[in-house]
Amino acid sequence: MLSIKNLHATVEGEDILRGINLDIGPGEVHAIMGPNGSGKSTLGHVLTGREGYEVTAGEVTFMGQDLLALAPEERALAGLLLAFQYPVEIPGVSNMEFLKTAVDGMRKYRKLEAMDSVSFMKLAREVCKRVDLDQNFLKRGVNEGFSGGEKKRNELMQMMLLEPHLAILDETDSGLDIDALQVVAAGINSMRDGKRSFVLITHYQRLLNFIEPDHVHVLGGGRIVRSGDKSLALELEDKGYGWLESEAV
Amino acid sequence: MSEQIDDLIKSHYAAGFVTDIESDTLPPGLNEDVIRFISAKKNEPEWMLEWRLKAYHAWLEMVEPHWAHVSYPDIDFNAMSYFSAPKRDEDRPQSLDEVDPKLRETYDKLGIPLHEQEMLAGVAVDAVFDSVSVGTTFRKKLYEAGVIFCSISEALQDYPELVREHLGTVVPQKDNYYAALNSAVFSDGSFVYIPKGVKCPMELSTYFRINEAKTGQFERTLIVADEGSEVSYLEGCTAPMRDENQLHAAVVELVALDNAKIKYSTVQNWYPGDEEGKGGIYNFVTKRGLAHTNAHISWTQVETGSAITMKYPSCILKGDNSIGEFYSVALSSNFQQADTGTKMIHLGKNTRSTIISKGIAAGHGSNTYRGLVRMNPGATGARNYTRCDSLLIGDQCGAHTFPYIESKNPTAIIEHEASTSTVSDEQLFLCLQRGISEEKAVSMIVNGFCKEVFRELPMEFAVEAGKLLEVSLEGAVG
Repeated sequence: MLSIKNLHATVEGEDILRGINLDIGPGEVHAIMGPNGSGKSTLGHVLTGREGYEVTAGEVTFMGQDLLALAPEERALAGLLLAFQYPVEIPGVSNMEFLKTAVDGMRKYRKLEAMDSVSFMKLAREVCKRVDLDQNFLKRGVNEGFSGGEKKRNELMQMMLLEPHLAILDETDSGLDIDALQVVAAGINSMRDGKRSFVLITHYQRLLNFIEPDHVHVLGGGRIVRSGDKSLALELEDKGYGWLESEAV
Repeated sequence: MSEQIDDLIKSHYAAGFVTDIESDTLPPGLNEDVIRFISAKKNEPEWMLEWRLKAYHAWLEMVEPHWAHVSYPDIDFNAMSYFSAPKRDEDRPQSLDEVDPKLRETYDKLGIPLHEQEMLAGVAVDAVFDSVSVGTTFRKKLYEAGVIFCSISEALQDYPELVREHLGTVVPQKDNYYAALNSAVFSDGSFVYIPKGVKCPMELSTYFRINEAKTGQFERTLIVADEGSEVSYLEGCTAPMRDENQLHAAVVELVALDNAKIKYSTVQNWYPGDEEGKGGIYNFVTKRGLAHTNAHISWTQVETGSAITMKYPSCILKGDNSIGEFYSVALSSNFQQADTGTKMIHLGKNTRSTIISKGIAAGHGSNTYRGLVRMNPGATGARNYTRCDSLLIGDQCGAHTFPYIESKNPTAIIEHEASTSTVSDEQLFLCLQRGISEEKAVSMIVNGFCKEVFRELPMEFAVEAGKLLEVSLEGAVG
């Protein structure tokens, strides 16, 4: 699915990623953990092609394509989705219009028949229910005046409608109370179908109680300093990051 | 030809005014004889000539205004020609193949049908084509309703008293520099009269007149809605308009008598100049409506063209309970400069006005809202609500707001809201990350921003206006 080899990247001239190697197979769930500033969010942004993040070395293959050669929107259409840590508001553009535009584009790319407005509306309402959002959120501006938790659920809704091959969830659990966390986790779990892969970027082990990862990686100083199974996350919860970081240097 | 006219003009002092009304174009320059020539050419009544001359003399005493937030080189008013007859068929392009490919490309992007493209590009068409028959049925229907809709030159021949009664009553000859110039030399324009109690059976559009009377650089429009009547008038179209004349100084006067309603919508897409800001039209227009008791005047404008725009469609709310509205979208891209807004002058009791202005600046564009709300001593219980929003795309453009508020009546209520926002990198990236292209994203955001104004446009026009913004913003981002 995704293969990252020796990836180096800078932000405003500063080295943030210093040689990431990672292979993600179909249907796998990988958790990426690590302290603040270890490069977790940067990895998500570099993979999705955000402006301002410069790749200085390395290769990334996504479903057989050279990912780094694609424009950001092409990466999205190829099936790579990033759920944002801080989803931005777009006032004046209704959520429904935004979702329909995105889904229309995706269906066209996948050579599927366009959905008429009525069936799309029906689908959007169903998905709204699945993420426990009131249907009024479809009429409001994109994320406009949404609470933190509502924004995260809106991200989830976009993921459900766009059906990516690989979803990177950037601290989707942060700022959620336990009920919202369970809704989000159940949503993600419902999308696990043995083919779709996930990267969960998180600070805390908490999320992994609800979504069981196949692999856990710890990022430190722009590299993966330790990989393991879900027990690694529990170990981190116990000991903190300190013991790993000293190993990394 | 031009020597001939020169001679004729010079000969005036020797032998009184003689003019060769067969000639097509006047040499550059402005003086009394030029005005006499225009008036004679149009076979105008004597009072009309006097009216023009009065305007000309007032203009001579006036100074060009420089208070607007725009900059451009000085205009040499003597380097312009003030009369040129419509092109003859043999001088026009014979087919669309002879039309500038860039212009055709834009027509295609806007989805304008072929025969309309021909009409807009001024292609000589000798066969009777669709729009002519459309025009004819259209005229018949209006005639049955008693509505007069013709060029102002025709109106001066056929309904001189009606024109005389209202011309200059809303925008007097001496109103401002460009209005005075327009009054002196106006070439043509539209005249509309809606009789008492008549609801005009269809949208009136300059579009239907475009072929028969090419509107020149000094256009003059007069719309009179008699008591209890109603009309919706549409000016311009989304197709780009080119013109050899750089300066356009039009005047539009609306008269809404008691209980009448006038809705005036404009889509302005004059040539804005190239990507470097060279060329482009200067659009300095005076538009004003006079609302009598219980009358309602509504201006809606979508301004995407012209290099420089100075334009303030205004309402004088003279009658009690009269209503004035101004809905505007103004876009300045590349090197365009727009200083536009409105004036709401409240004279009568319980008069109400609403101003919704959406300014968009992209590229190196500069967009200024300038608005005046004045409550005169007699405006007891009057209300105004103003909202001015600016949207900035990129970091080289500018938006400015100059609201002027004067209240001389303590019972009047004035509300003003303003906001400035940008299309941020974060917003664009969210769209890109969902597979939406940058251009589509910008157009979606801009359309969302303009929604309140587009809602005021006639239905099919609203869709076109959205498309127009999309085309106008092409290449403005990134």
